[in-house]
Amino acid sequence: MDVFFYIAAVVAIISTVKAISGRNAIHSLLYLILSLLAISVIFYLLSAPFIAALEVIIYAGAIMVLFIFVTMMLNIGLERETEKKWLKPRMWIVPSILAAVLLVNLIFAVKNIHPIPPDEEAILPKQVGISLFSTYLLGVEIAAILLMAGVIGAYHLGSQKKKVKHRFLEIK
Amino acid sequence: MLTVPVGTQILFAGILFFLGLIGLLVRRNMIFMLMSIEIMFNAAGLVFIIAGTHWKQPDGQVMFIFILAVTAVEVSIALAMILQVYHHFKTLDSDAINNLKDQN
Amino acid sequence: MNTIIALIPAIPFLSFLILALFGHKMTRKIAGIIGAGSIGIIGLFTIIVAIGFFNSLPEVKSYTVKVWEWINAGNLRVDISFSLDSLSLVFCFVITFVGFLIHLYSIGFMAKDEGFTRFFAYMNLFIGSMLVLVLADNILLMYLGWEGVGLCSYLLIGFWYKEPQNGYAARKAFIITRIGDTAMIIGIFILFLNFGTVNINELMQQASSKWVAGSSVAVLTAALLLGGALGKSAQLPLQTWLPDAMAGPSPVSALIHAATMVTAGVYLIARTHVLFSLAPVVQSAIAIIGALTLFIAGFSALAQHDLKRILAYSTISQIGYMFLALGVGAWSAAVFHFMIHAFFKALLFLGAGIVILVLDEEHDIFKMGGLRKKMPVVFYTFLIGSASLSALPLVTAGFYSKDQILWYSFSSQSGSILLWLAGIIGALLTALYSFRMIFITFFGKSKTEPSFLPGKLMTYPLIILAVLSVFGGFVELPASIGNIHLFSNLVDNTLPVTVIKTGEGHELLFQALSAIIALTGIYIAYLIYFKKPSYSEPYSHSRINKFFEKGWGFDKLYDTLFVKPVVWFSVIDKNDFFDLWNIGLSRLTLLFNRLLSTTQNGKMRWYLLSFVIGIAIILTYILSK
Repeated sequence: MDVFFYIAAVVAIISTVKAISGRNAIHSLLYLILSLLAISVIFYLLSAPFIAALEVIIYAGAIMVLFIFVTMMLNIGLERETEKKWLKPRMWIVPSILAAVLLVNLIFAVKNIHPIPPDEEAILPKQVGISLFSTYLLGVEIAAILLMAGVIGAYHLGSQKKKVKHRFLEIK
Repeated sequence: MLTVPVGTQILFAGILFFLGLIGLLVRRNMIFMLMSIEIMFNAAGLVFIIAGTHWKQPDGQVMFIFILAVTAVEVSIALAMILQVYHHFKTLDSDAINNLKDQN
Repeated sequence: MNTIIALIPAIPFLSFLILALFGHKMTRKIAGIIGAGSIGIIGLFTIIVAIGFFNSLPEVKSYTVKVWEWINAGNLRVDISFSLDSLSLVFCFVITFVGFLIHLYSIGFMAKDEGFTRFFAYMNLFIGSMLVLVLADNILLMYLGWEGVGLCSYLLIGFWYKEPQNGYAARKAFIITRIGDTAMIIGIFILFLNFGTVNINELMQQASSKWVAGSSVAVLTAALLLGGALGKSAQLPLQTWLPDAMAGPSPVSALIHAATMVTAGVYLIARTHVLFSLAPVVQSAIAIIGALTLFIAGFSALAQHDLKRILAYSTISQIGYMFLALGVGAWSAAVFHFMIHAFFKALLFLGAGIVILVLDEEHDIFKMGGLRKKMPVVFYTFLIGSASLSALPLVTAGFYSKDQILWYSFSSQSGSILLWLAGIIGALLTALYSFRMIFITFFGKSKTEPSFLPGKLMTYPLIILAVLSVFGGFVELPASIGNIHLFSNLVDNTLPVTVIKTGEGHELLFQALSAIIALTGIYIAYLIYFKKPSYSEPYSHSRINKFFEKGWGFDKLYDTLFVKPVVWFSVIDKNDFFDLWNIGLSRLTLLFNRLLSTTQNGKMRWYLLSFVIGIAIILTYILSK
């Protein structure tokens, strides 16, 4: 079973790399969706099938689709040249170095974790649900309010009052 | 059951996180920056699931559900704001939005 | 009596204030009346004070009036107090009387000038400061007057300020006299440090009792005060400012640079003569400087062709005579020559002013000529003035005063034949250049026509001064001629009597010699400049004449020694790096501000980068523990 983990991990990493270094927005988003699907595989391997399903449905299905909608609305795909201009190879050096430093730190941090011997049982969605609605009930309610606030906010932020300018004053 | 050591799992999540970080720092287009933030959120959630599985508690998965909700809200609001910025500045270059710079 | 003494310097200051504050609202007539009238009033007061003073001699030799307390700090107590004795009485008389005549003349002279009230305001301020100088009881108040006359000299030389050259001349005068002033104030500091008082009488008493003759502190102090006198009186080596100061109006030249300010040095040395007797080295230096200056200035005056510059060098030369007299200890002779010189030099300057004015600002004497018939009053008074200057024997006052100096320069305790020789050659030169001036300006063919004739306001003062230049000398006749010693008796109440070397008694011989030399000089001038002007042609174009004309190269010397290095240094210091000492901290802070403000460039990615760098550093730090 481990080999699936490694395959899925490699796929996720490769597609993430392609996603952040791509020039075409739509392509990058699609690569990102691929990466999310690979991660959902890992979730399944980690005995969290419910979460794997949620990942696909909500994350890849709703959030990424929202991204793609907005990207298509803004017509960014036509700006390949600007992306090329902005994305010089030497821009990658400093962030990579910093990320490498942090990665080294992470390695040192997780070096000495003793693995707990695995039990046979997995965490079932039932357990998750019970925990959600008993221990973390308050969090659920707050998440609901947050979602409502998000809806209202997004509606207001997204609306544009058309600025009426005299046609002689329009910026050409 | 997975016998991959926990350290490796977390390391993998860390790699994903740092890839997102690199993407955030490198890209200028705001859509890409938002996308990189999504990658980071996802990787953080992955760590929670790993931890939950490690300690045999459902709390990790609960936490991931909350993260999911927050991410959804955040993305929608962020995209709405990007729309506003685009209509005002007519560009998606985050370096062009530097009106708060020091005028010296 | 005391209140009148205190009023004498006060009234000019009052009229200065009135003219300065309300002058622009006055008519010229009222401004002239206030300006000249104030000096006339104090002239009258001086006469009243003089009468009172003469009546109280010989019991009371000086009056002191304390007006108010000026400084009272620790052990420094300085009062505004005036003291009148015979020396300051003579000076007051000259200042107020000659000053009044010059003010009258100025009403006519400046009638068409737009700065009329400003002129009279400055002139009154000057007279006030000069009176403070001569009447001051303590040396600090004298320094106040000293600085005041320096300021007024600057203001009046640069009176026609719209012409940049006048500003430069005024600046040059101020800076050069400043050098002297600095020496003087250091001298004052030393005196206060040693004696704890600034009152002149007390200083002189304590100095004569505590300081040994010839001690280094006495020599130093005397030399410093001498430096101050040299600056104000335009003697070597600080004489270069006076010829350029002729850029001011002629009344200014007459008042300040002939009669009063330049004689402030003479007054200072006479007032503090005790110090100079304590430092015989310095006193001999005064005599030598006087002799050298009169010699050098005489040659320079002969080479000039600007009418006022001749008179300027002549002033330098005549003050050299006064310094020569002071140097050999002939105190009353020096003060006598000062008085007579004030009369004839003011007369000459006023006459020159009229000539220049009617010829439409023509200064070159070679472009004048034939004015004898056109302006008879001016001609005759100018002739009398020049005769007095050349010491025409027996009839002019100048003869008696200059002859006294020449006699004492040989026969006084510290006199010598060399000093006398310098003086007599100077007398020859004086006669030469003054009659050169007369012959070229007033005789011969007229090259420029006068555009108008001077009025009564300008000619009457000339006449009065001419009368004084002739009859003023009769108050002091030498033993061989009339033996009248009115003047020296007056002055000897304050200053020591001149001591003659034992065994000298050939005064008549020396007087005859001076008379012959003066007449010879006039005759030579007549020959060269009147009969056959062509004799003077090759000389006047020669190199040595040009050297004399430029004042023996002193201007060039000072330019190379002082001006050029300073200018070079200021060019190097263009970015003012010495100022960094003061503003360096602010510049540093600004630099840091600019450096740090580049980190706030408004770009989001930059800020994210700084987050990440911070996280990396902190995590590394924590995990390395």
